[in-house]
Amino acid sequence: MTRRVVITGMGTVNPLGHDVETTWKNLLECRCGIEMTELFDASTYPTKFSAEVKDWSFWDKLPQEIQEKHKNAARNSKLMIAAAYQAWQQAKLPASLNGQDQINAGKVGVYLGAGEGPVDFDNFIAAAAASWDNTTNSMAWDKWAQVASSRLSAEKEIEQEPNMPAAHLASIFGLRGPCYSCLTACAASTQAIGEATELIRNGQADILVTGGAHSMIHPLGVTGFNRLTALSTRNDDIKTSSRPFEIDRDGFVMAEGGSAIILEELESALKRGATILAEVVGYGSTADAFRITDQHETGRGGAAAVKLALEDAGMKPEDIDYISAHGTGTSENDKIETLVIKSVFGEQAYKTPISSVKSMLGHLIAAAGATELITCITAIRDNIMPPTTNLKTPAPECDLDYIPNAPRKAQVDVCMSNSFGFGGQNNTIIIKKFSRDA
Amino acid sequence: MPNRRSVITGIGLVNALGIGKDACFDAMLNGAIGIKPTVAFSAKDFPCQLAGEAPEVKMNQMVPKSHRKSVKLMSRDIEMAVLAADAAMQDSKLNTRANNPEGPIDIDPTRSGVIIGAGSMCCDLAELSQAVSTSLTDGVFDLKKWGAGGMESLTPLWLLKYLPNMLSCHVSIIYDLQGPSNCITCGESSGLMSIGEAHRQIARGKADMILAGGAESKVNAMCVMRMCLKKFINTSSNDTPEKASRPFDSDSKGMISAEGGAIVILEDREKATARGAKIYGEITGFASSFNQSLDSTDLFIPEIDCQGTRTAIENALAMAGITAKDLDLVVPHGCGVPAYDKAEAKALETVLKDALDVPVLATKSRFGLAGAGASAIDAVIAITAMERGIIPATLNCEKPIDGCKLNFTNKGNVTRTIKHVLITSVSMGGQTSAMVISKTE
Repeated sequence: MTRRVVITGMGTVNPLGHDVETTWKNLLECRCGIEMTELFDASTYPTKFSAEVKDWSFWDKLPQEIQEKHKNAARNSKLMIAAAYQAWQQAKLPASLNGQDQINAGKVGVYLGAGEGPVDFDNFIAAAAASWDNTTNSMAWDKWAQVASSRLSAEKEIEQEPNMPAAHLASIFGLRGPCYSCLTACAASTQAIGEATELIRNGQADILVTGGAHSMIHPLGVTGFNRLTALSTRNDDIKTSSRPFEIDRDGFVMAEGGSAIILEELESALKRGATILAEVVGYGSTADAFRITDQHETGRGGAAAVKLALEDAGMKPEDIDYISAHGTGTSENDKIETLVIKSVFGEQAYKTPISSVKSMLGHLIAAAGATELITCITAIRDNIMPPTTNLKTPAPECDLDYIPNAPRKAQVDVCMSNSFGFGGQNNTIIIKKFSRDA
Repeated sequence: MPNRRSVITGIGLVNALGIGKDACFDAMLNGAIGIKPTVAFSAKDFPCQLAGEAPEVKMNQMVPKSHRKSVKLMSRDIEMAVLAADAAMQDSKLNTRANNPEGPIDIDPTRSGVIIGAGSMCCDLAELSQAVSTSLTDGVFDLKKWGAGGMESLTPLWLLKYLPNMLSCHVSIIYDLQGPSNCITCGESSGLMSIGEAHRQIARGKADMILAGGAESKVNAMCVMRMCLKKFINTSSNDTPEKASRPFDSDSKGMISAEGGAIVILEDREKATARGAKIYGEITGFASSFNQSLDSTDLFIPEIDCQGTRTAIENALAMAGITAKDLDLVVPHGCGVPAYDKAEAKALETVLKDALDVPVLATKSRFGLAGAGASAIDAVIAITAMERGIIPATLNCEKPIDGCKLNFTNKGNVTRTIKHVLITSVSMGGQTSAMVISKTE
């Protein structure tokens, strides 16, 4: 029989809170984490706003030893460490597995969907600015080398590598099990949680710290998405700029943050007396294999992921009480995601409550899926579903129940969370209220 | 549910020694070294002026007509992945929509996947610098100018060239692979960990066929600069490129940046047998772990005995149901950075203590360290050695580090029947993994 995988800890640092409870309260109060961008001067950018993590006091709450040892970590790694520390505490695991014999550290690991660290912009761009020779129309590599070698630092550079958030966690908690990180764009942390579930089911690990962290709110990150015209440019009404499923939605809003979820094999959790928050019961992962720039117009990849997750959970559409949508607020995503749900759920699609917390949180890119899954865990715990805010006039092609503008109380036992990445990678997770009998 | 067996039915690589598993392997048997003065950018003002660069290829001739428009979205990292995938698919003789757009095809697209490890993917610095040159005020970058329109000198799809998942995405589109698709970003361990994950996916029935491996170009001024700043790169052999990369040698002064990629095609055994595929072997053991540096604040220095690597190897051997004595070949990570090589050598000596005569092939002296492509390249070389029954010589390792007792093939090519091979990898940052590949009975 396949080993069961449960959730025994969660933690988050995001634009709406530096812990799960604050975030959840703010989401249920329909608060919005979007403000004018402060991390850099975006005053002339097409998009001048974003959802930033403000006030780094959460970092001060970490044990001195961790703060000191990991002080050079990049912003994404710091967000990850803070989130993972909360989750680890909630799971009641020993501060470090190093030098203890209660838990086999070789069976405890990490599987993150984490982004790269933000570029050391001022210094990086200074090298670029010094290096283009307009007279020869070519790169002056000597100048680049000179500026780069004098201004860039080894620590800041190497901390940008996407494997670093996972490495920091393994080091802090003293882990010897698998230490994975994946980066499938906006689907990354959902994929990480899914693959982590599989690793535990398959016996390669008993406990895994999963989730993700990302911060692309830097001049080049926003440049990239502005050039793609993927971001909202509603600079005159930023608090309602993230409008998933709304008729005049004009793009997503960039956010940043880190979220962690501790996955644990059921017997291990029971043996330790850990509090079980929910059970992961289904996972599906597919690719559109269609185009680099567009989702498949029928949503075939997303539909296949949803279907696989249902099959994996041994469930039917009517078993799903709530869907946490990818719901980015781009014209394409919301239309196709609606199609995806209809194509798998049929008539049941109209009876299934769906919402996008990105309407309040913005889009945490690689960290989005894990953050959204945390809201599914709290939805199950409190029997209340977070809303899609800013939804006054749904687009005609978006005709499902998106829980508009106010949270809704209802019995919530089973939640589905969708994440679709740029380039066509689709991942769906299903979690369920825990009960001893499967 | 019993785990299904997957077998290796195609392998392909690209690196400084060529494209395709045989080109590289033959070059190795002939004593070739692909490390040369850097061509991709003018490196005369860089401390290290050497690199292991792969051949330039006209990419629009390498992809199906339907995907030609997307060639302009391929950064060098993506090219490496696409070239390695092409070589592996040709080797597997699988018909897909790439080589047979009118059908018939041999795969069920919804049951076929791709997992390719990638690195951090720095953008094209020349392209960026040219774009930035329109947003200067008195020679200094002006963010306001950039935001107000300067950024428009970058092509609208600029970002899509540098997302790590795009390696897998391009490959999924070319061959119509609609099943599991992932992008592992675990530094130099990415390739091996991707192959390990693919193996698990097939074993657990999630797919029937997966292209897995890794690719990266570290021959980018930014990547080279990072290694220079970190003092991991060899800066003292610019005049002797062939001697520059010296894994496990006591004279090693650091690694040499390289580019490359490799793909292994895993298929469900029954399906592969049914189509009469050539079967190279199968993954019998895989494990990964973490090389924790306990005392240092520097996560980039591995613990001195690579305990994590040892754990991974022991678990991989146990999963394969063999002991060190059963191994016929070990292909270690051996990147050429002395701290890493010393630690890895210690781990290997410990695990191989009763089997120190097992031949060890350190490959990086031939073509450098290709980041996320590195361990997948090693896997393909190991599989080729198993296929041919010959192990290429380990060059530039005349006097092994710290009196290390491993049996490096440093006296020449070695003929040997290979039944079980062990491959290890260690990332800068600590991810480590070990894989046992065995001949299929």
